[in-house]
Amino acid sequence: MYNSKAWETVMGLEVHVELATKTKIFCSCTTAFGGEPNTHCCPICTGMPGVLPSLNKAVVEYATRAGLALNCEITRYNKFDRKNYFYPDLPKAYQISQLYLPICRNGGIEIEAEDGGKKVIGIHEIHMEEDAGKLVHDPSTGSTLVDYNRCGVPLIEIVSEPDFRSANEVIRYLEKLKAILQFIGVSDCKMQEGSLRADVNLSVRPVGSESFGTRTEMKNMNSFKAIIRAINYESKRQIEVLEHGGEVKQETRRWDDSMGVSFAMRSKEDAQDYKYFPEPDLIPIEISEETIEQTRQSLPELPEEKRQRYVNELGLSEYDASQLTTSIALVDLFESNLSAGCPAKELANWIMGEVMHLLSDSGREPEDMAFDYRYLGSLIGMVQRNEITRNTAKKVFKAVFEEGCDPVKYVEEHNLKTVTDTSAVKAVIEEVIAANQKSVDEYRSGKEKALQYLIGQSMRALRGKADPQTVTAILKELLG
Amino acid sequence: MVITDELVTYLEALGRIRLPEETRAKAQSNLQEILQYIDTLSELDTEGIEPMSHALPLTNVMREDVVTPSAPAEEVLANAPAQKDSYFLVPRSFD
Amino acid sequence: MNLGAMTALELGAAIKRGEISAVEAAKFSLGQIEQYDRQFSCFVTVQDDVLARAEEVQKKIKSGEYTSPLAGVPMGIKDNMCQKGIQTSCGSHMLYNFKPTYTATAVEEIMKAGAVPLGKLNMDEFAMGSTSETSWFGVTKNPWNVEYVPGGSSGGSAAAVAAGECFYSLGSDTGGSIRQPASFCGVTGIKPTYGSVSRFGLVAYASSLDQIGPIARNAADCAAVLAEIMKHDERDNTSVSTNGIDLDAVLHTDVKGMKIGIPTDFFGEGLDKEVAAAIDAAAKQLEAMGATVEKFNMPIVKYAIPAYYIIASAEASSNLSRYDGIKYGYRAENPADLLDLYTKTRSEGFGMEVKRRIMLGCFVLSSGYYDAYYRKALQAKALIKAAFDRAFEQYDLILGPVAPTTALKIGENLSDPLKMYLGDIYTVMINLAGLPAASVPCGFDSKGMPVGMHLIGHYFDEAKILGAAHAYQQITDWHTRRPAGLDRI
Repeated sequence: MYNSKAWETVMGLEVHVELATKTKIFCSCTTAFGGEPNTHCCPICTGMPGVLPSLNKAVVEYATRAGLALNCEITRYNKFDRKNYFYPDLPKAYQISQLYLPICRNGGIEIEAEDGGKKVIGIHEIHMEEDAGKLVHDPSTGSTLVDYNRCGVPLIEIVSEPDFRSANEVIRYLEKLKAILQFIGVSDCKMQEGSLRADVNLSVRPVGSESFGTRTEMKNMNSFKAIIRAINYESKRQIEVLEHGGEVKQETRRWDDSMGVSFAMRSKEDAQDYKYFPEPDLIPIEISEETIEQTRQSLPELPEEKRQRYVNELGLSEYDASQLTTSIALVDLFESNLSAGCPAKELANWIMGEVMHLLSDSGREPEDMAFDYRYLGSLIGMVQRNEITRNTAKKVFKAVFEEGCDPVKYVEEHNLKTVTDTSAVKAVIEEVIAANQKSVDEYRSGKEKALQYLIGQSMRALRGKADPQTVTAILKELLG
Repeated sequence: MVITDELVTYLEALGRIRLPEETRAKAQSNLQEILQYIDTLSELDTEGIEPMSHALPLTNVMREDVVTPSAPAEEVLANAPAQKDSYFLVPRSFD
Repeated sequence: MNLGAMTALELGAAIKRGEISAVEAAKFSLGQIEQYDRQFSCFVTVQDDVLARAEEVQKKIKSGEYTSPLAGVPMGIKDNMCQKGIQTSCGSHMLYNFKPTYTATAVEEIMKAGAVPLGKLNMDEFAMGSTSETSWFGVTKNPWNVEYVPGGSSGGSAAAVAAGECFYSLGSDTGGSIRQPASFCGVTGIKPTYGSVSRFGLVAYASSLDQIGPIARNAADCAAVLAEIMKHDERDNTSVSTNGIDLDAVLHTDVKGMKIGIPTDFFGEGLDKEVAAAIDAAAKQLEAMGATVEKFNMPIVKYAIPAYYIIASAEASSNLSRYDGIKYGYRAENPADLLDLYTKTRSEGFGMEVKRRIMLGCFVLSSGYYDAYYRKALQAKALIKAAFDRAFEQYDLILGPVAPTTALKIGENLSDPLKMYLGDIYTVMINLAGLPAASVPCGFDSKGMPVGMHLIGHYFDEAKILGAAHAYQQITDWHTRRPAGLDRI
């Protein structure tokens, strides 16, 4: 049995983020996700003989924004290097990246630590590079198929210091990183589409030890849940190895989420010598103090600032404010309706309640919400004007969320408006009373439960369109 | 610097090439001669000299972020020695 | 009309005047190729659309669309410049069947000037070599004597001009690959300032050193070609905007008052006496024309070859990694697995010299050796540039030999790579510094093989170099001589 208390897990993260530019980093092909194989390609991104890279200005701008938002120093004179290795997803057999002079260095972000206090996770550097293509296994031939559509999509790699001590810290950092990058508009950070990928470098050491243990690098985790599982698996594995007197091997491991285990990757191990050297086809980038200042000024309100404002100015709870600010989609949903006059607290309640509920039920990310955000506000408006009941509103919202329906039209088409004419309500309730003599008698003989049944029947007959309080009052009145 | 047999093997692996057996010894001695000559560079005093990648001091040549149409897949694959369903085809490349 | 004796500009003018059509000129060149290329093997590919292109050009000259003085003139292109739909092999088995879907910018530019390309010219495999013997397509012969090499790597480009198979050609120069074969074949060639001609579509050997330039019968033709291809190109990040070349200014250059420096270090051990004598004579000629000629020291010269072979091999090892049998070109049959596909394809696809440079390049970049070799070479490069910058504070031009010898016999150098590398001593430093330099015919040795002089200028001084060369060619006739058997054409 291993004793996890005697060991400390130490982790650093390498996060690859695909930038939301329109074109690839070195050619003008689209970065749009998907597409038929090899249709978002040209001679440049497929590494044809004689072609040359042509740097996309937006990539440098986005990387600078990211660096400033993550409190980095911007390298005023930075350049590209070649990282050489053979693999079918890399058509030039080298990746254009930055080794010697990366665009950003020495940053960090603050997260909540395990003890509830604050902790800064250092960012060692951020560099710009190109993404690789996609390999698909072909079961019919046992061969591998190569699609270069993703090849050349711009990436920034954000390399943290080895500052993490638990899976929770890793997740908090990633959530925060994701929110910041979304807020400043440099990436959509969709893990399922691979636009945010985190590799975890992990080692363990006896509690109290100052030196680091041998680390492994884990890849291929495509959800936060997978990251937690992979960390727990690997930390346990290393502790067990060490407790059995073994040695941890420095290696790259591939996480298999369906099996819940990681495997050492064989091919990348032998003779890994990247032979980095300055990219001769690209000239250096100089970023002026003015550009840096202008970029800094142009940064929008970041999640932390927003969170504070939501608490201090809008009166939201700390919890609601921090949850809302984890995602730009939630913030957009919130702020677009807020500016249309929707009350903040009511909005926050809806988002924290129904929206979160439906998201978690459907397993979707906030960014995947496809409906017109203003629909939530109009729905809340209808409730506030007593045009529909809260219960009806919840049902309508489900349709909005799932099918993108306009709630006003939906309510009309389905005839869901609250019946405000009490005489009409009364007429329906009278029918219910007439049809349920047994329950009426029970109620009259003192069984309170029977009233609940009659309320239910009435609401059903009214198809939920009346306010339950009104229904109760009328029932009581009619039953004497 | 001595070019050993192991080093030749390592360089072959790095470059993904294999020298024909019959020319291997000759290639090794040629490389040794060349390297010996190249090593004269170590005599040159380069203390404090900034390494120069580009002779002309250009910076900041960049392109606007505007999409142009990609090539049709037939063109991308026109020279491919092996292909299937608009993919390039390679031997099994998974662990 | 004696087409065989005409320069590109003379032919262009005759076409413009209507004395001869572009089609007739193209037929003449095709006839020359038919008659001589079996002997010299300059062309790897002769295009099958030459006459159709010539007809189109003729129409466009008439309609006024093509106004270049070179419009309609048949020319050749080194086999490492991509042309859409035309086999571009770089003299290698690796690309024996490669047909690009795009065209090199320099080729596009010369086409816009109304060029009639005849085909692709032979070269050392991937431009690695100084003899044109390493081509997978066979050895190109020197038209002055078929037992001798034409030089390289642009051997086909130089020999085709010398043999009268085309009126000018495009070559590329990474460490002397335009100038040395021009010198060996008795024609004029210039490597322009790095960045002045787009490299887009030029199959890379060493990216920081490669540069496209013309080879022609004289300096004026070279200037006319440069005027068309020295254009800024957004597709090449290292491309620079220049003022281009004013052909008229080149044609009216006076060397009187020019200060010409001769580095004494160029005349050390290894320089052939007859070559030295020819350069001395050329210096005296220039002096007689009014230039001041002065000797100076440039001790950094001896480090140029080591620095060059480190940088060029390193970049080559990376640039040539893309040839893996997956996307284009040669692919080995029945590989056992992925690694075997790579290794077999590359072992069978590349020749020995290419393999050698890939291994050397891998070595100097490998972990633990980068600082001692690659980084050190980049520092040497900085010192070489600085030495030239200082020299050009004193001199308008620098004069010297292009190569230590005249053309060698076929086979003489192949077995001794180091000896071949040492032959690049005068040319490689120009690429390291990124400077423009030309080879201009200035004599013959006792075996009847041509000698070229090296005229080096400061950045963007192509007009000054070619102006001086043109003035020299007004007084000398080395450049008008033809190999025996070809002189009566």
